[in-house]
Amino acid sequence: MTKVTFIEHSGKEHTLDVADGLTLMEAATKALIPGIDADCGGACACATCMVFVPEDWAGKLADKDPMEDTMLDFCEHSAENSRLACQIKVSPALEGIRVTMPESQH
Amino acid sequence: MSMSASASPGIVIIGAGQAASQAVVSLRAEGFEGAITLIGDEAEPPYQRPPLSKKFLAGEIGFDRVELKPAEFYANAHCTLMLGTRVTAIDAKAKTVTTGDGHVIAYTKLLIATGSRVREINVPGFDLKGVHYLRSVGDVHEIQSHFKAGARMVIVGGGYIGLEVAAVAKKNGLDVTVLETANRVLARVVDPIVSRFYERVHAAAGVNICTDVTVVGFEGDADHNVTGVNAGDGKIFPCDFVVVGIGILPNAELAEMAGIEVSNGIVVDECTRTSDPDIFAAGDCTNHPNGVFDRRLRLESVQNAIEQGKTAAAAMTGKDKPYNQVPWFWSDQYDLKLQIAGLSQGYTQAVTRGNPDTDNNFAVFYLKDGVLIAVDAVNRPPEFMMSKMLIAQHAKLDPARLADETINMKEVAKA
Ligand SMILES: Cc1cc2nc3c(=O)[nH]c(=O)nc-3n(C[C@H](O)[C@H](O)[C@H](O)COP(=O)(O)OP(=O)(O)OC[C@H]3O[C@@H](n4cnc5c(N)ncnc54)[C@H](O)[C@@H]3O)c2cc1C
Ligand code: FES
Repeated sequence: MTKVTFIEHSGKEHTLDVADGLTLMEAATKALIPGIDADCGGACACATCMVFVPEDWAGKLADKDPMEDTMLDFCEHSAENSRLACQIKVSPALEGIRVTMPESQH
Repeated sequence: MSMSASASPGIVIIGAGQAASQAVVSLRAEGFEGAITLIGDEAEPPYQRPPLSKKFLAGEIGFDRVELKPAEFYANAHCTLMLGTRVTAIDAKAKTVTTGDGHVIAYTKLLIATGSRVREINVPGFDLKGVHYLRSVGDVHEIQSHFKAGARMVIVGGGYIGLEVAAVAKKNGLDVTVLETANRVLARVVDPIVSRFYERVHAAAGVNICTDVTVVGFEGDADHNVTGVNAGDGKIFPCDFVVVGIGILPNAELAEMAGIEVSNGIVVDECTRTSDPDIFAAGDCTNHPNGVFDRRLRLESVQNAIEQGKTAAAAMTGKDKPYNQVPWFWSDQYDLKLQIAGLSQGYTQAVTRGNPDTDNNFAVFYLKDGVLIAVDAVNRPPEFMMSKMLIAQHAKLDPARLADETINMKEVAKA
């Protein structure tokens, strides 16, 4: 189990204990955290699972593959530190990570 | 959430799939506090179907990652789940539904989210053992029971599902043949350029793709096991098992029997309202208006199920949140992600960006009198994402700019 915090655009925080191996997207949708739509269920096809990852955490995540990178490039609310939550696997290395959701996924 | 006992029977949802699950989430998000009863004929709580022909079929993920919400969710949402239960009739006057085991359940508002079922093949030998379809988790288990390296599999139908199954089976070392009655695969949905590309990719992977082949029957042995597929003119494709993927039919009969308007699906308006003021419908089973394309559609997609599920939840709680989007869809085969936006029907020009003959990434744009109406993008998220926006805007585009790889997708719409 790894502790992960999701922060809604409004600032509301949700801290979860997540089973390692799940993706951040799965953790959030199973716990019904508002702000992540995940329409394609993690197929990296919809870009509705975007989160912002603070800089000090970015380096601890596996690199974006080109598919994720280009999807993000065309998301309305994306920024330099955006990631697709369905492409981030939870592992002990992420203990304590805090990610923020955009205002909307569409 | 406070659940005050009230006299009102609440909302009943028929079908426990993608649209139904979304509706439960959205009903609570809309602030609905009454009772919700979800009645589904499958044994499992609502799950996603796309992985059934992809990662779940491949055995890469288990059911825990296919189900839409964990079981506790329904309890926490005070939603009564009646699984393994089929609704056999709706009485729109009495406002009740009847289940296969004889229960009569009252509703204040009813959502029909019955999805679709596979179109069955009606040829001699259709009922032989080893002839399978793919719609449910149970179907996957049956198909997987034949997944042994070297096993000979014939897929009837070269649509998305057939081709996705072919890709997974090939990775598992099976001997795979796809029989398609049209003169190319994916004939119903994409331009010949895209069909040719997928034919090339599958052939390179060792899949035997046969177009212009119409199945006339299945051959079996004394134990009633399928042994071959008969394609007429004495042509037999020997096999150990068969997967048939020749399309689906909307589950609209319940609605029709209840006197609700049905025409190639349950007829709904942009807010998922049927011809009965207390009955709504969402997902594969509906025939709905689409404002972007200014015509009625019946779609078979996750997006459609999710968005109509949201709209239905709003409408049932008295809010208008019309569903009006550019349809989109995806398909995963091998390491190729096909993303489709819009509807290409009636296009007057197809413009290719990239080289589908040599590369594993390209896009085909469909224009109608210069206006972008659809895109098929293979491993090309920029083309897909940008087109989705441009289709919604009815953008008139210069074909030369679309084809020009030196122009960034963000710039193609600029004159
Ligand atoms: C193998 C496969 C792969 C797919 N891949 C993709 C993809 O990559 N991308 C994409 O966008 N879409 C894909 N789809 C389509 C997508 O899964 C469907 O469009 C979506 O599931 C529709 O949701 P729904 O809620 O309308 O229907 P469903 O999810 O099918 O749910 C309907 C439920 O209602 C039940 N039901 C029906 N009648 C009754 C009754 N009388 N009483 C009780 N219960 C009843 C059904 O058994 C079913 O469980 C795929 C579908 C399949 C089968
Ligand atoms: S869930 Fe669709 S891209 Fe992440």
